[in-house]
Amino acid sequence: MSLLQVDNVSRHFGSLVAVSDVSMMVEPGELRAVIGPNGAGKTTFFNLISGFFPPSAGSILFDGKDITSFPVHKRVAMGMARTFQITEIFPELTVRENLRIPVEVAVGLRLSPWQSRKSDTEIRARVAELMELGGLGAKADRLVGELPHGDQRATEIMMSLALKPRLLLLDEPTAGMGDQETYDITKLIRRLHKDQHLTIVLIEHDMRVIFHLADRIMVLAEGSILAEGTPSEIGANESVQAAYLGKAA
Amino acid sequence: MGRQIDKHTANVLVWLLLLTAPYWMSWVGGYTELGSRVLVMALAAMALNFLLGFTGVLSFGHAAYFGLGAYGAAMTIKYLVPSTPLAILVGVLAGTAAAAIIGAMIVKLRGVYFAMVTIAFGQVFYFITFRWNNVTGGDDGLTNWNRMPINLGFTKLDILHNPELFYYFILFYFAISVALMTLLLRSPFGRTLLAIRENERRARFLGIPVERHIWLSFTISCFFVSIAGALYALLNNFVDPRALYWGQSGNFVIMAVLGGMRSFWGPLVGAVIFVVLQDYVSSMTANWESFIGLFFVLIVLFFPRGVLGIIRRKATS
Repeated sequence: MSLLQVDNVSRHFGSLVAVSDVSMMVEPGELRAVIGPNGAGKTTFFNLISGFFPPSAGSILFDGKDITSFPVHKRVAMGMARTFQITEIFPELTVRENLRIPVEVAVGLRLSPWQSRKSDTEIRARVAELMELGGLGAKADRLVGELPHGDQRATEIMMSLALKPRLLLLDEPTAGMGDQETYDITKLIRRLHKDQHLTIVLIEHDMRVIFHLADRIMVLAEGSILAEGTPSEIGANESVQAAYLGKAA
Repeated sequence: MGRQIDKHTANVLVWLLLLTAPYWMSWVGGYTELGSRVLVMALAAMALNFLLGFTGVLSFGHAAYFGLGAYGAAMTIKYLVPSTPLAILVGVLAGTAAAAIIGAMIVKLRGVYFAMVTIAFGQVFYFITFRWNNVTGGDDGLTNWNRMPINLGFTKLDILHNPELFYYFILFYFAISVALMTLLLRSPFGRTLLAIRENERRARFLGIPVERHIWLSFTISCFFVSIAGALYALLNNFVDPRALYWGQSGNFVIMAVLGGMRSFWGPLVGAVIFVVLQDYVSSMTANWESFIGLFFVLIVLFFPRGVLGIIRRKATS
């Protein structure tokens, strides 16, 4: 069974059609890239999957269950986590505090008005583990708002990972990054995919990143699917080259 | 580590000052009732700041729940049972229940819209107490009642005639409330509120049902503000509709911002400045509010993090 099944979703804002009749199946353990020129509807498509707003038509199934009308927090509880194109973090809290919040939510403590010493110890250990994985250990007690862009991005990804998701949605994880930072984040995503077998859907502009990471690629243009296939198939597809790669090259 | 010790020292200092206040207040030109007033206002401002400073939601209508606490307590003693603890209980239940119901209707609103609607609901309660003469006493307020001595069985605490004893009575409620707020803010639940303050979108996508948590924070905040309201009625042996007026809500916001809304003790500092300035300046001129206004403007313009914000910055630099 597919982990994520999107059936013919559309979304319009007034008369503007942002996403039109798009379907997608993502298998467990897969890394799927969504590409397309600016304004192709990629982020809108992500917002539909993650529940930012509901689709105008169509349905979304997660783990076989229809979640089309579920609010965000229920989708998260089912194992869906996402990052944003513009980094969304808690700027005036430290890296440690940023990670602690999702770790506590993930173990069902969000309404807990107190905490046992044992639970506190376990949570600290899990936070330390996540900081290590994200290469943030040395910056644990720095305010996230003061860190360089790459570290903020890494923090956001680790926050999503703290939720122990089954599906991770990454919206342009390398946007606005230099070469070294792009390389580090790509390595991190690759590790999550290969070592932890995490299912990932990612929107990306950087072609090196996509062809390096993706199992399959979906190309959107003007709100519709232009093509879908393996990286080599997409690379050889003429309409994709015309619409997208041609322009970029 | 150094910050931890500083925090600890600050806590010890604050509690020492509060515990000994009746003994040193007269040396600095104060009197015990002024201390009691500071405690009540500080509790109200800290309660508001639970929502404002630690959840990032601005309410301009907290006087409604403060006033419901006050009227609930006053009317219980006047009409039902002459018992001070029961009066506080009824006042707190009235204020908290109203907040829970109104909160549920408005948690979807944000920013200015939320603040405006809290004012509107606050004014509804103001006009009810203002108009409902034969029950609330209308504009003249609720008179001809007073706080009752506490009967502990083995001894009687005459909080009516002994102002020092009444100060400690208020401090008792203040201490319990502050301890509960501290506990909540340090808990996983408290951290979800910080998350909402810092970045609502991120909080939502970490699986926090933001509206439900804001509702909880609003109701908890109003629970504490209605304790302050009940104590306020007992302090004055009187309550009138001005306790629910939106200007009173504004005063709570001023106290919190003046003292520093990002620091736990900030609203206490703000309340001290506000109440003392009010007491001192109003004995010289009827226009005392313009002085507080001027002071407030200067603080906000030059020290947006409030009085405690200045001290903190000095300490770290």
